[in-house]
This record gives sequence, C-alpha cells and structure tokens, in this order.
Amino acid sequence: MAAKSNLKNMALCLSLVCLICSAVLALVYAVTAEPIKAAEQKALVESINQVLPDGGELSDVATAEFGGQKFDYYVSTADGVPAAYAVKSTTVGFGGPLTLMVGVLPDGTVYNTSVLSHSETPGLGAKCNTDEKFMSQWKGLGADKVIKVTKDGGDIDAITASTITSRAYSLAVSNAVAFVKSIAKAGEE
Amino acid sequence: MSKWSTLTDGFVKNNPTFVLVLGMCPTLATTTSAMNGLEMGLATLFVLVLSNIVISLLAPLVPDKVHIPVYIVVIATFVTVLQFIMQAYTPDAYKTLGLFIPLIVVNCIVLGRAEAFANKHGVLESLLDGIGVGLGFTVSLTVIGIVREILGSGSVFGWKFISGDGILAFVMAPGAFLVLGYLMVLFNKYLKKS
Amino acid sequence: MEYIIIIVSAIFVNNIVLSQFLGICPFLGVSNKLSTATGMSGAVCFVITLATLVTYLLNQYLLVPFGLEFLQTIAFILVIAALVQMVEIVLKKISPSLYQALGIFLPLITTNCAVLGVAITVVTKDFTFGAESHMLNLGQAIVYAVATSIGYGLAMVLFAGLREHLALNEVPKSFRGLPIALITVGILALAFLGFSGIV
Repeated sequence: MAAKSNLKNMALCLSLVCLICSAVLALVYAVTAEPIKAAEQKALVESINQVLPDGGELSDVATAEFGGQKFDYYVSTADGVPAAYAVKSTTVGFGGPLTLMVGVLPDGTVYNTSVLSHSETPGLGAKCNTDEKFMSQWKGLGADKVIKVTKDGGDIDAITASTITSRAYSLAVSNAVAFVKSIAKAGEE
Repeated sequence: MSKWSTLTDGFVKNNPTFVLVLGMCPTLATTTSAMNGLEMGLATLFVLVLSNIVISLLAPLVPDKVHIPVYIVVIATFVTVLQFIMQAYTPDAYKTLGLFIPLIVVNCIVLGRAEAFANKHGVLESLLDGIGVGLGFTVSLTVIGIVREILGSGSVFGWKFISGDGILAFVMAPGAFLVLGYLMVLFNKYLKKS
Repeated sequence: MEYIIIIVSAIFVNNIVLSQFLGICPFLGVSNKLSTATGMSGAVCFVITLATLVTYLLNQYLLVPFGLEFLQTIAFILVIAALVQMVEIVLKKISPSLYQALGIFLPLITTNCAVLGVAITVVTKDFTFGAESHMLNLGQAIVYAVATSIGYGLAMVLFAGLREHLALNEVPKSFRGLPIALITVGILALAFLGFSGIV
C-alpha cells in the first residue's frame, strides 16, 4: 500500500519526483535541441527558397523598420550584389493574422509569395494558399502593377467571396514591396 | 481480469470517447481530418502508456495525500518529452496539433486511467490498459476524423474524391459537436451492450 | 482600443468553448442546471484569471531568464493544481453550499483544459496582434484571461438554459443525455460562427 502521509514523506516524495523529472527533461531537451533547431531552420529555408530565384547566397535574418512596422528579411546576393529580398510580412486577415513570405527583386517586382500562417475561413479565405489562379498572379508581378484588389482599383484578382482576405494579402505584399524599395534605395546611397 | 480483456476493453466497454466521455477537448479540436485525429490519438497513446507504467511502479511509494500532484508531474514530464520529440522529428504534426500537445497533461483520460487503474495494478496490466484505452481513443478519433473529412473536405487521409470543397461546417467548430453527437447515438444504439 | 478587440474576440469570435474547444468536459458535465453552471463559471473565471497572472509572472521572471522554458508545462500545471486547492479551501469556508453543489467538479478545474490552455496561449510568443507579432504584456494577458472566462460563462449559461428545456422534452432513447446535448452545442456553435470576421 502507499507510503504514510506524513509531512516529511509528502514533501520528500514530491520534491524527489520533481527533481528527477526536471533532470529527465533537461536531458531530453539537451538531446533534442539540435534537431529542433535544424527542423525549424529547414522549414524557414524552404519557405524562403520558394519565393526567391535560384542561386544566390542567402544572408542571415535582419530586421528593419519601415512605416511603423518591423520587418524580418533575408537578402539573397549574387556576385556580392543583392539580387532579391525575402520579407516576412504580417497583416490582419479575416480570422486573424496573415503572415506571408514575399520575395521581391530590388526594382520592386514580386518574384513569388508564400503563406507562412493564416487563420482564414476554410473554403473561402483559406484558398489563399491553395487556389492556383490566385497564387499564380503573384509570380513575377511587375513593379508597375497596383497591388490592390480590382474592387479597390488595383490589378489583383481577389478570391471569390473572400475580399477581406484578398485585401489583407495584397496589403501584406505591397508593404513588403515598399519596404524592399526603401532598403534597396538605402543600400544604393 | 484476463490480460486479453484488459487490452480489448479500451475499444468498446471502456471506450474513452463514447463510453467514458473523457478527453473531449482534443477529440473535438483535432479531428478536422483523419490524419490529424490519428496523430493526436497516437500522441496521447504514447503518454498514456508511459505514464501508466511509471505510475504503477511509483504508486506504492507515494503518500496518499500528494498522489495527485505527483502523478501530474510524471504525466507532464512525458508530455514535455513528447513535445520535444515531435518538434524535432515531426514538425508538421507538431504545428497542426499545436496547443493540444501540452494539453495532453490535462487530458482526463491520462490522469483518469492513472487513478482508476495504474495505481492499483501491476506494470504489465497497466501497460496493457494504457495500450487498450490509448488505441480505443486513437480509433475513435480517427473515425470521427474520417467522417468530418469526408463530409467537410470530400477526402479521406488527404485522398480527395470530389473536386472542390465539401460541407465546410464539418471541418469547423459546429461539425465537431454534431459528428460526435451523432456518432455517439450510433455507438449507443449498436455497440453498447446495455 | 486593443483591449476592446481582445475582449470582443475572446468572448464572441474565438469563444473558448464553442470555437477553441477548451473546457469541454466540465462544460458538458455541469451544465444541466442553470444554478450550478453559474457557480462553476464563477469559480473557473477566478481560477483562469489568477492562474494566468501567476504563470505569466513565473514565466517572465523565472523560466525565461534562467533558460528553464522546458519546465513550462510542469511548472504551469503545478501552479494551477495549487491554486485550485486554495480555491477549494476558501470556498469551503465562504460558501459551503456552493462547495457542495460543485462537488467533484471543483478539484476537476485543475484538469480543465481552458485554464492550462489560456495560461499557455498567453505566454506563447506567436500571439500575433494586429500587424505586430508580440507577446501580450501583463495587462493584456489579464484582460484576455477575464474576457475568456466571461466567454466561458456565457457559453455555459446559454447551454444550461437550453439543457433545462431539453430535459422537459421527449428525446429518442439513443439520443438521450449526451448525444442530444452535443448536437445542441453544435447548433449553438453554428450560431457563434456568425461572429467571425468582426475583429
């Protein structure tokens, strides 16, 4: 049967269990720390590679501020010259924050976009990362295009019945483009 | 109680979802697809088996008045171990299941089996009970996931058999309650012996 | 302004029970009488708010600075268990009738996923807010906890009211008890879906 429930036993037992468990956890944490970092890094690199042209050397993450928002971005350099930027851009979508990885060339052309996370409605806004037609229009979007949905006078075809999500997406992309233009200019000066 | 019945009770007689009605939160939240339900079930199975084993070993040494916190610490340890393992080796599943992985700690099934079974039985029986109830839970979740995925996305385990979407309400909140409710009716009518 | 968004979102748009699926077990278990449901909601509200406050501070000033985040799950659940124990003791002194009415469900608040769920959500760095991804500060965390509990109470009271009516109706045998309750909640959840998109 169980040990006696006096204060000494209780305190001893609980402390011992906590100590052993913490030790076990510290061990497992140490062992898995590397693989966890590797897995996260792999996912990040994959999402960046999706939106940047091939070749080029990828920099570490850098952060800069623009228009009151902080952006994390990565620079892909070829021959020592920045060839493209991958920017993490967040806006408020329909169901929650919408985070994109946007690949932008220094002249403001959008190379490609990918969705990092969203809380949009399944079947409607959630199509932002499955609908072929919506996704393909972002590839190589010229710097001359107006990055707004057609309803707002721009050149972007919104997802049917998901104007708010489409607007949020467009805003995230146009923020990223404006950001890149500003750091590209700053780099030139 | 034979070893075989300890193992198989978890499927119908002690089915955690439809009979014991425990672990409702992950049941409703993670069954948006068959795969998600399966993953959640297996994750819970992992914790359930390990904690059953350890608690059945520890039970004679633990003073009665602190047994709940002690069991909880043991369970929390295994849950955290699972978290790290999943984060490192199955990052996609880790992201999908999200908050519900640490919530396995408060999954009434795990603490419930520890209280009701593991602290009164030997290691082998506790292991079998853990496997039985854990598999029962996994099967229940997978079945609910299959139904919700078929109705809501027109696919099974990702294999789509209609183009476009299904009745989306089923992969969202209301669908969870409705599917569980109706499945419970079927379970009561056809499987429950009483 | 942000506080209003947190409040509306936590009570209606992302209702803890009807949308996030946390706190289901006591939700289904205690909601067959309106009076017990109200008492339970009050107890849960108190525990969620207090637990969030303590775990947030614990995380901020002990776990993170010392690199002990891997102990988060254990530490949080122990804090919650201790708090519930305290609430039990206090409630027994202040309101023995409520203590009796809640019965087994009071210690079960420890395993209420809503409490641990809120505690973890609030310290998760990915809690994105507006266009900025940042962790909630203490004030926002408390508001979130209180608002979430209000949402929990709202769902529970609504549901208890519905169940009291259900009990007076003819329900087919296989549906009786939980199944019809679940179907009812499903319809309630459908109604709450209508709130999405407000914030």
